[in-house]
This record gives sequence, C-alpha cells and structure tokens, in this order.
Amino acid sequence: MPRIGKRRSVLPGFGITLATTLLWLSLIVLIPLGALFLKTAELSLGQFLAIVTSSRVLHAFAISFGISFAAALTNLVFGSIVVWAIVRYRFPGRRVLDAMVDIPFALPTAVAGIALTALYAESGWIGGLLAPLGIKVAFTPLGIFVALVFIGLPFVVRTVQPILEDFDRGLEEAAASLGAGRFMIARRVVLPSILPALLTGFALAFARAVGEYGSVIFIAGNLPNVSEIAPLLIVIRLQEFRYADATAIAVVMLVASFLLLFLVNLLQRWTETSAGVRN
Amino acid sequence: MTDAELAGQASARERQPARRAAIRHDADPWWVQWSIIAVAVLFLGSFIVLPLVVVFAQAFSKGAAAYLAALRDPDTLAAIRLTLVVAAISVTSNLLFGLIAAWAIAKFEFAGKNLLVTLIEIPFSVSPVIAGLVFVLLFGLQGYFGPWLKAHDIAIIFALPGIALATIFVTFPFVVRELIPLMQEQGSEEEEAALALGASGLRTFMRVTLPNVKWALLYGVLLCNARAMGEFGAVSVVSGHVRGETNTMPLHVEMLYDGFQLQAAFAVASLLALLALVTLVVKTVLEARMSQE
Repeated sequence: MPRIGKRRSVLPGFGITLATTLLWLSLIVLIPLGALFLKTAELSLGQFLAIVTSSRVLHAFAISFGISFAAALTNLVFGSIVVWAIVRYRFPGRRVLDAMVDIPFALPTAVAGIALTALYAESGWIGGLLAPLGIKVAFTPLGIFVALVFIGLPFVVRTVQPILEDFDRGLEEAAASLGAGRFMIARRVVLPSILPALLTGFALAFARAVGEYGSVIFIAGNLPNVSEIAPLLIVIRLQEFRYADATAIAVVMLVASFLLLFLVNLLQRWTETSAGVRN
Repeated sequence: MTDAELAGQASARERQPARRAAIRHDADPWWVQWSIIAVAVLFLGSFIVLPLVVVFAQAFSKGAAAYLAALRDPDTLAAIRLTLVVAAISVTSNLLFGLIAAWAIAKFEFAGKNLLVTLIEIPFSVSPVIAGLVFVLLFGLQGYFGPWLKAHDIAIIFALPGIALATIFVTFPFVVRELIPLMQEQGSEEEEAALALGASGLRTFMRVTLPNVKWALLYGVLLCNARAMGEFGAVSVVSGHVRGETNTMPLHVEMLYDGFQLQAAFAVASLLALLALVTLVVKTVLEARMSQE
C-alpha cells in the first residue's frame, strides 16, 4: 500500500509483477507445501500420532535433531575460531582459508557424502588413523556427526564474519586502556556484540543439518533406530508406498523448520538492533 | 599454509611483541594468534579440504585411462546431458522470477512485503527430501493429479518435468535474494529520470535497471546453477533412477557407488567437484567486482 503523504512510486509494472510473483510463488512453493498438509489432514489425529510416535520414527527424530544439535554446537566453536582468524589476523594464505569456508556450500551433497565415507572408512586416510584407537566413524552415528559438521560450518562463519568485521575496535582499545585483559575484553566487550550473530549462525547450521540427506546417507550406515535419520525414513516410506507415514514425518519436520525459521528471523532482528546501538 | 610458514610468521611476531603492543592495545599475544590460526587451518584442512582431495585421488586411483573411460560411458554422458538440461531450465525460471519479484518488492511499497520475502525464502529451510515429496503427492500415481495425468498420458514424476520442478523449488530464492537488497539500496531515481525523459517502462528496465544489477544477477545465477547441478535429495525422490534416462549426475554417482564401481563414481563426482571449485573462483571474482561498485 503506498504510504499516504510519502511520494508514490511513478514506476510502471507494479500490478503485473506482483501478480506474477504471487502466482509463481504459489505454483512452485505454496501449493506443493499445502498438498503436504492436505494429505496429512486425511489422517485422524490418532493415526497421525501413532505414526510419529512409533519407536522407529521417534528414534529417527532423536538421531536427526540430537546429532544436528551436536554438530551445530561444534560448528559454533570451530566456526568462531575460523572467523576470528580470518577477520582479525593477517597471515599468508588467509584469503585461501576464507575461500575454503564456502566449499561445503558449493560441493554437491552426494559428492561430499561419498568423499567423507572414503575418508573415514577403516581403509580411509583418517579412518585408518582412528581405527587403531578403536574409533569407528563411517557407518556409525559418529559418521552422521562428521557429515553434519561439514555441511554446517559455512553458516556460522558467514553469519558472524560481517558483524565481526564491522565491530568497532575502539571499544576494545577503550577497554584495554581501562585495564581490562584480553580474555575479559573478549568475554565482556566482543562476545555480547557478536552473540546474536553467533546464535543465528548456530540456528541456521542446525536447521540445515536437520533436513540434510545427501551427505549423510552414504556415511551413516542407515541402521534403523541407530543411525537412520528422519529424511531417510521419509524416503524409505515413500518407496514402500506408505505415503501417509512419509507425509506425517515430513509435516513434523516441516513445522520444526518453520519454528527454526521464525527463531532465525527474531535473532536477525536482534542482530540488527544490537548493531544499530553500536553505530 | 605449512607449519613452517606459520612458525616463521609467529617468530617474526615474537621478536617485536613490545612494539606491537604499543601500537595496538587490542592485539592478541603472538601465541594466541598462532594457536587460533593453527586450529583454524587444521580444522578446515581435515574437515573441509581433505574430502575434496579424496574425490580426485579416488577418481584417478586407476589411472587417467580408467578415469576417461568412466566419463565416456554412455550412461554418464546421458546423466551429464540431463543435468545440463535441468540446470538450464531451473536457472532460466529462477532468473525470470527473480527479476520480476525483485522489481515488485524493491521498487514499490506495499503491505505484507516482509511476509512475501519470508515466503520466497521458505525453500531454503525445507529438507530437500520434503521438496521432492510434495511433488510426488501432487503428481505421483497416488497423488492429487495422478489419475488425471495418467489418463492424459502425461509423465511428471519419474520424468524430466518432475526433476525440473523439484530443482526449481530448491533453488527458488537464489537469484531474487541477491537482487532485492541491491535494488532497494539503489532506489528508483535513475529509473524515474529515464521515464521522465520519455523512455518506456521496459526500455527503462533493460537499459537502466538491468545494467545496475548485472553482477548481483550473475552472482545469483552462479549459486543457483551450482545448486541445480548438484541437487541430490529432492531429485532423488522424484527421479525414479532410470539409468541413462532419469539419472542426473549426482544420482548417477550414487548408482555407481552403490554398485561398487567406486572409481567410476568418483570420476563422475570429480566433475561435480570441479564445478564447485570453478563456482567458488567465479564467486570470489564477482564479490570483488561487487565491492568495487
């Protein structure tokens, strides 16, 4: 709605472009997603609950959400270290390091999946080193963790990087001249300003990990109740033509990702306001 | 970077710690810098770079001849062709949608704009598997339009249209997301001037708006293309996995891998890895261009 009193846009094409946008969005995204909810509505509440609380489904949810959480937490820690090195220090190879962060974004998930499996299998470069220690990664839940760390890392780094770059280092100087130590400055001055961005990055990495399929299924072993993720269970139910089961699981996951999306939006607003206070 | 380089740089810093501290109160001590850089390099090296190296090592594990043979296989060539077709369709679709939607959203004020932007970005937070599933529910044999499609002999699921639809879905926000913030920042003054001078709306768009956003547009197209060619989960649900017919490259990689043709699987995967590397290089170049402007 054009704001009264403000200048009305003189540009042409508003009606037709907005109509096309809404139509195209509905056809590609909204109607297909609506079909998912419509299909689930064919189930009674009892049937729906029976499906999503069955032991195998609950295990799949626990594995998907639990390992995704652990992986996102790992990304939060190592992502912070990587982003600190890239933004704060000058060293040879810094730009290469910076570019490397995007590899998981760019590498197709199936390629990542078979590569990680080859790397962490007992005959692999890393798996071979871990095997004598009694640590098995490939074809165990640990393998799922490795794959989810791989795909989640860029989210933390790329969310925090611009905030840390814009951070006013005068504040640190001021804190230092008042006698604060480095650790105290990091904890009391830097951390509060980048906290919203850190949490946003964490939530994005978590959301991506929960829905991830391609990079996980090769390395996971896919044992029901042990290393079977929820997206894989959807695919299995589809192949068995148990559409109701597949859609019920999908609806739970979709609602979870919408809640996460909502959380991310709140966090981003918080990031903007805390950045606004600084400037 | 090698450890020797790191060590050399650290010792260079060690020699003049006092001076550095005098210049900057907020610089970390050299050993903190050294440790953080070392952890970052080790972490990225083992978690991110090694997988990429493994792809090429495995692809060439039986020599260059076996590598080329795997790529010349008719099923591989068919998969490459299908991947290119699907990518072309979804990039074109999202390019057009991106320009149209960004025009409406960036150049005009209207109620519900933020909601619209959120809805457009939904596909990024939907699991790829679910992106495939929704089209099966619509167009599959047991889907809402399944019987009608079968009666009219139209194949969507387990055929090219389904693969294209699922790919368009997962890449939906890529182009528009790059355009909206840039076009909002640029405002409408140049367009208004062109219109005042008598240019038509379309001409204004082609000669003023489009050149202004060309790098962001290319950037969106680049990311959209990389994802379209590499998409696995969504396509896997709707493809039907018919060798030489409905297998895209990532699906072909899976099929070879599951059939224990490891070297061939990695050979095809190496093409996708190469695509990823080229994408990253072009992306860096485009980012430099955009920050110049």
